[in-house]
Amino acid sequence: MSRRALVVGGLQFVLVGGLAARMRHLQINEADQFRTLAEENRIKFKLIPPARGEVFDRNGVQLAQNVPNYQIKMVREDTRDVEAVIARLSQIIDLDGEAIERAVALIKRSAPFHPITITDDVTWEDISRVSVNAPALPGVTPEVGLSRVYPLGSDFAHILGYVGPVSDYDLKKIDDPDPLLRIPRFQIGKVGVEAKEEIRLRGSAGSKQVEVNAAGREMRELGRREGRPGANIQLTIDAELQNYLQARLDGESASAVVIDCETGDLVAIGSAPTYDPNLFVSGISVADYRELTENKFRPLASKAVQGTYPPGSTFKMITAMAALEEGIIGPDDTVRCNGHLEVADRKFHCWKRSGHGSVDLKNSLKRSCDVYYYDLALKVGIEKISAMANVFGLGVRHNVEMSAVARGLTPTKAWKNRVHGKDWVIGDTVNASIGQGDMLASPLQLAVMTARLATGREVTPRLVKSVDGVEQASGAGAPLKVDQNNLKKMRQAMFAVVNDRGGTANKSRITVDNMRMAGKTGTSQVRNISAAERRTGVVRNEDLPWERRDHALFVDFAPADNPKYAVAVIVEHGGGGSTAAAPIARDITLQALYDGPPPLEAYPSKDRGRIRSQQKRLAKMRPMAKTQDDDKA
Amino acid sequence: MSYLEYTVKSTPTGLRKILFLNWPLTLLLSSVACVGFLMLYSVAGGSFTPWAEPQMKRFAVGLVLMIAIGMTPIWFWRSIAGFCYGVTVILLIAVDLFGEEGKGAQRWIDLGFMRLQPSELMKITLVMFLAAYYDWLPPEKKSRPLWVLLPIAIILLPTALVIQQPDLGTSLLLVMAGGGIMFLAGVHWAYFAAVITSGVGLIVAVFQSRETSWQLLNNYQYRRIDTFIDPSADPLGAGYHITQSKIALGSGGWTGRGFMQGPQSRLNFLPEKHTDFIFTTLAEEFGFVGGISLLVIYLLVIFFCIASALANRDRFSSLLILGIALNFFLFFAVNMAMVMGLIPVVGVPLPLVSYGGSAMLVLMLAFGLVQSAHVHRPR
Repeated sequence: MSRRALVVGGLQFVLVGGLAARMRHLQINEADQFRTLAEENRIKFKLIPPARGEVFDRNGVQLAQNVPNYQIKMVREDTRDVEAVIARLSQIIDLDGEAIERAVALIKRSAPFHPITITDDVTWEDISRVSVNAPALPGVTPEVGLSRVYPLGSDFAHILGYVGPVSDYDLKKIDDPDPLLRIPRFQIGKVGVEAKEEIRLRGSAGSKQVEVNAAGREMRELGRREGRPGANIQLTIDAELQNYLQARLDGESASAVVIDCETGDLVAIGSAPTYDPNLFVSGISVADYRELTENKFRPLASKAVQGTYPPGSTFKMITAMAALEEGIIGPDDTVRCNGHLEVADRKFHCWKRSGHGSVDLKNSLKRSCDVYYYDLALKVGIEKISAMANVFGLGVRHNVEMSAVARGLTPTKAWKNRVHGKDWVIGDTVNASIGQGDMLASPLQLAVMTARLATGREVTPRLVKSVDGVEQASGAGAPLKVDQNNLKKMRQAMFAVVNDRGGTANKSRITVDNMRMAGKTGTSQVRNISAAERRTGVVRNEDLPWERRDHALFVDFAPADNPKYAVAVIVEHGGGGSTAAAPIARDITLQALYDGPPPLEAYPSKDRGRIRSQQKRLAKMRPMAKTQDDDKA
Repeated sequence: MSYLEYTVKSTPTGLRKILFLNWPLTLLLSSVACVGFLMLYSVAGGSFTPWAEPQMKRFAVGLVLMIAIGMTPIWFWRSIAGFCYGVTVILLIAVDLFGEEGKGAQRWIDLGFMRLQPSELMKITLVMFLAAYYDWLPPEKKSRPLWVLLPIAIILLPTALVIQQPDLGTSLLLVMAGGGIMFLAGVHWAYFAAVITSGVGLIVAVFQSRETSWQLLNNYQYRRIDTFIDPSADPLGAGYHITQSKIALGSGGWTGRGFMQGPQSRLNFLPEKHTDFIFTTLAEEFGFVGGISLLVIYLLVIFFCIASALANRDRFSSLLILGIALNFFLFFAVNMAMVMGLIPVVGVPLPLVSYGGSAMLVLMLAFGLVQSAHVHRPR
């Protein structure tokens, strides 16, 4: 009995010893490992998304801002039964079926610990309802986020672009993505300044260490590393002028660029028709998107920088400058225009079939004689012309923070051989001399060209004025390596185009002495005039379908004696440059010069009635715009 | 030695018996209970509600009960041992018929003022009855097959009823406690060798029968075994308890995280932290030092019981004390082995520490019997 008792007792002591040894093993030998596991259990890192930088115009008008929006997020690993919780959630707040399906699919696809946004468009009341019902909704958390809003809407659509939720496609393009991009529905810039300045606008993520309980609820914050908010960006654009420009272009398929000749600042870049970028921020509806993509006037395209057009007669200054620089002609040398020039058995016509007679530089430009430039081109050759075009910023991709900035094209013999596998023929040179054929330029490039002609400096366009208050490099540029006397002659000729009787843009002149404008019209063909058409007489533009009509172009700078702004306008398939583009360019120039609506005295007297009603019409479209009364007060 | 041989004169009478209680044992039990109060206060996040306060009240009742039983003559308890056994068996049958379900098993009978778990009571009455049996049986007969089969039947009847509930853990404890008494009573070694051999055979059969038509255990029981063998296979499902329990224990280190500072229990990672897994909270907050201290107290309880049993010349008394000590040992050893991941998760609470009325009262009742045997020992 007592022996057996000692056996049992001894066995018990041995087993207790075993328990103690096990305890020692777990608590002492493996303590570090379990301590780590315990920390992993309770501590989670969370990213704090930085506030995206805001965008302002040159006068501090807000163009892109962040407004709070309320979101509902769900974490799969905390939810366990996703469907049941979503069903309960949809009883509490309104959820639309399609969004639920999308969210559920996303939840199942993503890592179990990723918070997935179920909806980001709920009211404060919904958020409070969800908070109250939190115990019944495991894994569901209401959150306050920031959403992008563009207060000026469509005016800045092409410049700013828009942000949207990061997509798989976006992630694929980036080698080492910022962990922020892994946050579902994180907004990144998709096009325009928002995309080009993405890194600066985004800032960098902060992180916080939080202690969570077994249900994943945050119990307390253990540590926090602040992120860096995105930089605020100030553009060179003047929102007021931009607004006017968009209103003025409304109804056309057109674009216009206003550049400050002294600094290269782009004060307005417009493209019509346009769209509301706010539609894209939380995902555009299929119907809205189709409407935009199927519109033949291409509202999504930023024609001012993306669109390239044959520059037409606006290119004549380049041909002339090439010839002058080469010393092939002097400004007073004349060429006889019979209405056409025969080159290599082919007749190249002047737009004026009867011919201009004997013309010098000034007259040829003023009346836009084609034969004069054919003649110069034959003498100077395509290589010199293309090189001169490059000097003035054509065929060069300008560094502007917008999407798909076009390089345009200044053809050379080597280029044609490379691209088309054909030899350059003399007819190509003739076509190029008047900005036709292969020559292509964007409105931005034409504005830069005009600014360089006006100042004689290598003006480079600048869109970002300052980043977080740090002024960016000016685009004033060094003097061009061309004879300033030749430039002076060009400016005189351009002055004549607008201000001399018989000039192609004389109707669109400015009549205030110190505001006079110099410019050049252009009408570029999008069709080849067939032999049949030649026989029967060229069909009038208005009788053609829209797609085949000529583009109307106009470039100008003003005031002519002390250039402040250069403007380029292209009206797609608008007909003649003097009738369709020049009036728009003049209105925009005046608006820029007066920093608001110009007085009627600036217009030729017979136009004033028409202008008055046009100003009234535009004023109605722009309820917030400055009026002349503001300036007087 | 029978109670008739007592010299009544040397046995204390009336309230004087209080002085003759096994006071060291009482103090040890109270200190274990105090550890329980402390831990229940901690897991409630520094609050006496909802667990610490009711537990204290129950312990007070249990203490009074223990003393009352301890002052009742041991021969009274011996004489009603068979009756107690019979009543408990009837209660077990009643549980199967009318019991309330808790966590998928029928274990409770609601008595109105408390919920009684007859299987807990069974652990004690079985020991009582077997002790009385061997006290009655002439020693020379104890290893004869018939007189061995009878106690086996006495053990297996309640065991079968408990398995029905189903409660595998308690039924195994009943078998072990019953077998322990038989061993202590001096039944021949060979029987135990045979039983152990066939036990191993049964375990093999249990595993062989899995997913066949004659499957011996429920699926959830197999899952518990699987989970035990590889807790990491299903860390968020069935293995969760074990994994989190080991993390809590292990992260305690030498001296622990400090009172009410254990993140695992405070942040609810620990399951059943106020009942079966309360030891992990203790180990997390007070570390190895705290865990070993509790183990030492438990060991002292066993030690004082064995000492008391060895000093007791009454056969019933000493078998009873040893049986109860063995039960107590199985209680805490199985619980600790479970939370340390040494054996599968079986629902066994930590004696006097885990929150729960039934187990605490039954234990105090049992120690009342130990006290009674101690007070009324032949002198």
